[in-house]
Amino acid sequence: MLTEEEKREITAELAHCEHKSAASIEALKVIQKRRGWVSDASIRDIAFLLDMTPAELDAVATFFNFIYRKPVGRHVIAVCDSIVCWSLGYDQLRELLQKSLGIGLGETTQDDRFTLLPASCLGACDRAPAMLVDEDLHGPVTPEMIDGILEKYR
Amino acid sequence: MERPLTKNIHPGQEPLSLAEYEKAGGYRSLRKALAMPPQDIVALVKASNLRGRGGAGFPTGMKWGLVPQVGSVPQPRYFIVNADEMEPGAFKDRLLLEGDPNQIIEGIIVSAYAVQTEKAFIFLRREYFLAEKRLKKAIAEAYEKGYLGAGILGSGFNLDLRIHSSAGRYICGEETALINALEGKRAVPRAKPPFPLACGLWGRPTLVNNPETVANIPHIVNNGAEWFKALSACADGGTKIYGVSGRVNKPGAWELPMGTTIEELIEDHGGGMQKGYALRGIIPGGASTDFLLPKHLDVPMDFDSVAKAGSRMGTGTMTVLDDRTCPVGFVHNLEVFFSRESCGWCTPCREGLPWIEKILHAIENGRGESGDLSLLEQHCRLLGPGNTFCALAPGAVEPLQSALKYFREDFERHIREKKCTWK
Ligand SMILES: Cc1cc2nc3c(=O)[nH]c(=O)nc-3n(C[C@H](O)[C@H](O)[C@H](O)COP(=O)(O)O)c2cc1C
Ligand code: SF4
Ligand code: FES
Repeated sequence: MLTEEEKREITAELAHCEHKSAASIEALKVIQKRRGWVSDASIRDIAFLLDMTPAELDAVATFFNFIYRKPVGRHVIAVCDSIVCWSLGYDQLRELLQKSLGIGLGETTQDDRFTLLPASCLGACDRAPAMLVDEDLHGPVTPEMIDGILEKYR
Repeated sequence: MERPLTKNIHPGQEPLSLAEYEKAGGYRSLRKALAMPPQDIVALVKASNLRGRGGAGFPTGMKWGLVPQVGSVPQPRYFIVNADEMEPGAFKDRLLLEGDPNQIIEGIIVSAYAVQTEKAFIFLRREYFLAEKRLKKAIAEAYEKGYLGAGILGSGFNLDLRIHSSAGRYICGEETALINALEGKRAVPRAKPPFPLACGLWGRPTLVNNPETVANIPHIVNNGAEWFKALSACADGGTKIYGVSGRVNKPGAWELPMGTTIEELIEDHGGGMQKGYALRGIIPGGASTDFLLPKHLDVPMDFDSVAKAGSRMGTGTMTVLDDRTCPVGFVHNLEVFFSRESCGWCTPCREGLPWIEKILHAIENGRGESGDLSLLEQHCRLLGPGNTFCALAPGAVEPLQSALKYFREDFERHIREKKCTWK
């Protein structure tokens, strides 16, 4: 069940749309922002609001790299593994993050604090190696900086 | 030297507010444009030799001329700014979007007026959170001042502008996939024809342009086609936002005359290669462009010259390959990206790219076999232009086919010695 507030936020988006389905990404993001991820039940509830079938909406949800269909931690680290970051130290950055967090790519720490994901080029190649933590861009990230950056996210 | 696109941009500082932007000459072009018949603006852009900055270099004025006349196809008609910018190596639109959002918005309003569309979207990649925040603020200010909305500045022209922030998928930069994404569908490309100019968003005429293309429009309207052509060092009009990334001393993006040479970009602006590293290759315009070599340093970075040298200018943001990085590993990384981002709609790309990725991975890890290079070459043909549903796959094999040509000895050595000698 969506909360009244969630419904209100999604309905506000619909006011700007020629067709309800146009709000699909925005609606998925509304739920993801509030709940961290998008469950099967949420897919059904959102689809109903948008006059879509759950299958149609799920085809959208599963297509995008940053709509989470599984629970993630409170903070998501997206490390760029594309060409410029790869050339300038991605492998080392990834290894250090994995060691520091004790998890592999695609995993979440036991305390649900961090999820570590590989990401395609972040459009920050002038700051390689780069990573996003939630909405904050960090780069160039040197080995010494890693612990300090992680400290900021509780 | 004039730098119209970046004159208000000071990286690290907040962009100009609307009031400051106006004081710096902003919104003059809109007032001027609204007093002109729309088709005169199209003619002006044609005369300016502005070519689209989204990668293909299609002449903007010609594209605008193909938008059906309002008389024949009434509203709604759509104008979309393609700020997906997910090509590895590309970060030039970010500079403009974050640095001077008002310029983008003024460009959108003037462009929308020229082709008579009353609804516009900025399709923004998910990761540009700062740009999103700044654009939203600038849009709200523009509505308040009456630059957006109904009856703009007392004219009969209306424009509604919205931002759509995406959720991360490279294919959304392909304009028909982008249109599907805006309709809330799975973002796979559409069959062409019909082209979006005739039948795009919700089946209506839809024009798609890159943010850098749009940012040029106010300056062309203010200063004229001749002035614009004079900014350039070649036949195409204007300046260009170029970028250099990789092992150079000062990676970054700069506005320079169109046709600046690769050497000037790497040496004078990028600060040259880092100490202990030499230049081995260049992908001139993002991940989907063919390699060039140090012998091409004197090539001017304009669409025709780079094409003549055997590659594409693409986004104009180049990445260097240094002499201490394995070219096979480099190309493998590029193909990991393309195979991950393939939308899966058509078979050659969905199946071919993961196959390419696996072969390259095997070669890089000492498990390459003697037939692998001809197999890779075969893939380059099968994924080349005309065999797939969209241009992602042909773009994906561009760096591969040129690497097989230019760095063949490196590939052969991996297979012969059964290891990567760079590790
Ligand atoms: C896979 C793929 C990704 C693309 N990504 C972008 C992009 O991020 N930004 C962009 O402006 N054009 C991109 N394009 C090109 C667009 O389809 C379109 O040609 C361009 O936005 C037109 O703008 P212009 O005429 O101003 O250059 C992409 C094309 C393909 C095939
Ligand atoms: S070429 Fe690749 S990205 Fe383009 S439609 Fe086919 S599968 Fe999708
Ligand atoms: S390659 Fe990492 S940000 Fe572009």
